[in-house]
Amino acid sequence: MSAHGTDTMTTGTTPLPRRTTLPTLVADAVPVVAMAAVGLGAFWLFPNDLGLLTRITAAALFVMSLDMVLGYCGIATLGHAAMFGTGAYAAGIAAVNWVSDPLVLLGIGGVAGGLIALLTGALILHARGLTLLMLTIAVAQIVQEVANKARDWTGGSDGLSGIDPAPVLGLFRFDLYGRTSYLFALAVLIVGFLVARRIVRSPFGLACRGVKEEPLRIAALGGSPRRYLVSMYGVAGVFAGIAGALTAITSGIVGLDSAGFSWSAEAMIMLVLGGTGRLYGAVIGTVAFMAIHHILASTDPFHWMLFIGLFLMGIVLFLPGGIASLSARLMPLVKGVRS
Amino acid sequence: METVFGIAVDGVAYGMILFIISVGLSVTLGLMRVVNLAHGAFAMAAGYVASYAAQDMGLPYGLALVAAVLLTVAATLPLEKLLYRRIYGSANELAQVLLTIGLTFVIVATINYLFGPTLKRVPLPEMLTGTLNLGPKSIPIHRAFVIGMGAVTILALWWLLERTSFGIRLRAAVDDPAMAAALGIRTERLYMATFALGTGLAAMGGVLGAELLPLEPYYAIRYIVLFLAVVAVGGAGSIFGSAMAALTLGVIDTAGKYLIPNFGEFFFYAALILILFRWPHGFFQGRSA
Repeated sequence: MSAHGTDTMTTGTTPLPRRTTLPTLVADAVPVVAMAAVGLGAFWLFPNDLGLLTRITAAALFVMSLDMVLGYCGIATLGHAAMFGTGAYAAGIAAVNWVSDPLVLLGIGGVAGGLIALLTGALILHARGLTLLMLTIAVAQIVQEVANKARDWTGGSDGLSGIDPAPVLGLFRFDLYGRTSYLFALAVLIVGFLVARRIVRSPFGLACRGVKEEPLRIAALGGSPRRYLVSMYGVAGVFAGIAGALTAITSGIVGLDSAGFSWSAEAMIMLVLGGTGRLYGAVIGTVAFMAIHHILASTDPFHWMLFIGLFLMGIVLFLPGGIASLSARLMPLVKGVRS
Repeated sequence: METVFGIAVDGVAYGMILFIISVGLSVTLGLMRVVNLAHGAFAMAAGYVASYAAQDMGLPYGLALVAAVLLTVAATLPLEKLLYRRIYGSANELAQVLLTIGLTFVIVATINYLFGPTLKRVPLPEMLTGTLNLGPKSIPIHRAFVIGMGAVTILALWWLLERTSFGIRLRAAVDDPAMAAALGIRTERLYMATFALGTGLAAMGGVLGAELLPLEPYYAIRYIVLFLAVVAVGGAGSIFGSAMAALTLGVIDTAGKYLIPNFGEFFFYAALILILFRWPHGFFQGRSA
């Protein structure tokens, strides 16, 4: 049981890139079309919950960036919120003091997230196992402590407010109902997904997966495992920073919890819920987790912890690939019934 | 001078609590190679039980402590059999992190269902309140008591691991589980006993440290980072490493809070990064690989 479980969980089942044939193109389009369709459907179905939907969309981008680190490089991190928080604060501070164009702010967030990831990644990625886990936590805690300390810039524990972005592309104003926010976030998520998929399927992405499976062989082939890991860590940092900036722009505030330990842990839970090493698994997991959270937390915060705790244990014990692996597991059953 | 003395007493007392709770985690991590994030939840559960026993049932402090430790161990042993056994020694930290975070959430929810979400205290007996005069200085008796209990724990563990046959088997199993099993050591039982030992130490630390690490609903999530830090710095499986790490981090954290109060935990984590950068496997490599 456990041996089998470990295997599927570390390896994932991401297919290798195939030659571009018509069926491949269709298969590649499915997640994007589904995301857009579900996203727009939700826009139409829940016009009163657009704030929540926007949060979910931005979180999905963050969890996707965690997947690039965890699912493709095998780096178990509990400090990914460091990049999210840095991006959110960088964009927020820039918005309050200098610029207001949303796309520029996303760029600022991305650069900030990428820089902090490169810097800390180069520092900590020589470690393995528990030491690495601790170092990632420590980095996030330090980012949070610095944000708490630099009160003049970040507002400390009161949070940073007063972010007032200009219209997107100079055309679409951010309205009170959050319509623009949501559609903007959805567009960023879909573009982010396409770019991320391009990256993980590139030779560089494949090399990262090679490092995850067999670092020794990559080294023997002349690659530097650590350089690959640090680079991908930096790339994922850019995505996490953009997600943070997106949250800052659409919600108008940045709080200390955006760099906290529990936000990192929740992101990891969402990712594993959806399944690692697929990118779209991150989106599925985020939607499932945050929807459940929203529904259950309105009754009692502790009920929801019980539920999610049991769910997590169940996933590890019975469904190591996450929700996204359900279809792959059910397929043989369906085929068996048909024949 | 006064400040230095205060830092020393409070820092060492804090370090001893960190040690008592973390050493159990260190031993289980060294032996079973489980990153047990639920360790803090065990300490919290024991604290709540002791608080209930002392405050609502009126049991004396010592009895409440013993009852809490025994109850926690009895309640967690089935978990070892049902859950932990599946993830022992697995090279996959992710599954361990998830399973134990899930368990932590379940324990937090259960504790709050049973005891309510308010801050709980374990009332100290009269014997432990007040101050102890040491020549020109005086220290709170509770601090002295905690430091004493920490020292006793270090000695008792040393004796248990170095001088008893249980310790010999345990060290053999940590060094080479397969060879130990081949030599006829019943590793399953050994694991269970070690798990019980670890949980018992967590429980004791949770009760003794209720003054320094207050019992509140998110205790299990808030402090587990501290305990993991001690294990990472000390080196998994090493008792003296854990003691040194706990005292070092305890004193650094206390000194930071005394001298530069509004930097919070910054110094703790900065020290953690520096130490792990210099000694990636902890002060003592520990017995595990």
